[in-house]
Amino acid sequence: MYLTRDPIAPTTLLAEVAAPQCGAACLFLGTVRDGPGDGGVTGIEYSAYEAMAVAEFDRILAEVRKQWPEARLAVRHRLGLVPTEEASIGIAAAAPHRGEAYAASRYVIEAVKKRLPIWKKELRADGSATWVDPQGRPAMVGPDQQP
Amino acid sequence: MAPSGTSLAVRVRLFARYAELIGGAEATVSLPLPATVGDVVARVRALPGGSEIPERPLVAVNLRQARLEAPVTAGDEVALLPPVSGG
Repeated sequence: MYLTRDPIAPTTLLAEVAAPQCGAACLFLGTVRDGPGDGGVTGIEYSAYEAMAVAEFDRILAEVRKQWPEARLAVRHRLGLVPTEEASIGIAAAAPHRGEAYAASRYVIEAVKKRLPIWKKELRADGSATWVDPQGRPAMVGPDQQP
Repeated sequence: MAPSGTSLAVRVRLFARYAELIGGAEATVSLPLPATVGDVVARVRALPGGSEIPERPLVAVNLRQARLEAPVTAGDEVALLPPVSGG
């Protein structure tokens, strides 16, 4: 449900959140990048602690429902090899008004970055591969662990 | 929970770089009770290849992030998590 080894289909995500009472829907896609300083990334291999990732997605979506009860969400995170330019994560958020849709979408991606037990290994054109260690990023902290 | 003085075999799951360091996605460590998450981490770090795992890594017990001071009991699934990088 949340995790897939297939390409992410934005229209499917949007269809899952569509509802007559919603006047706003936004779609966020996180895509695999090869920036100027990234050294020729051709793709990223994603791996996960799948059972915990599902549990963590459940917790994140429950937090969203508590904060924005009218928001409707659909999320997919891709696992396995994702080539440059393709989406590794897709989040669709719909709500009666745009403010809640944007806010709910933003909440999910920020929580995913901090908390989802997923790891990426960057693969480069020269055949090298490195685990991404997001230095300077806050350690994974759940809502029940915040100081 | 087993009484003090007995020992406990804990199944530890390893991911990403930590699995590569230890050479497998799973390890079993034995430790005296009562035991904490930190005790499990120390045993894993003592395995061949384990010294590069930080002293205070992210750890999950039964699919939730746990503190190193938390107790470990029979049947718990402990997992050592490298810095996460999803999204």
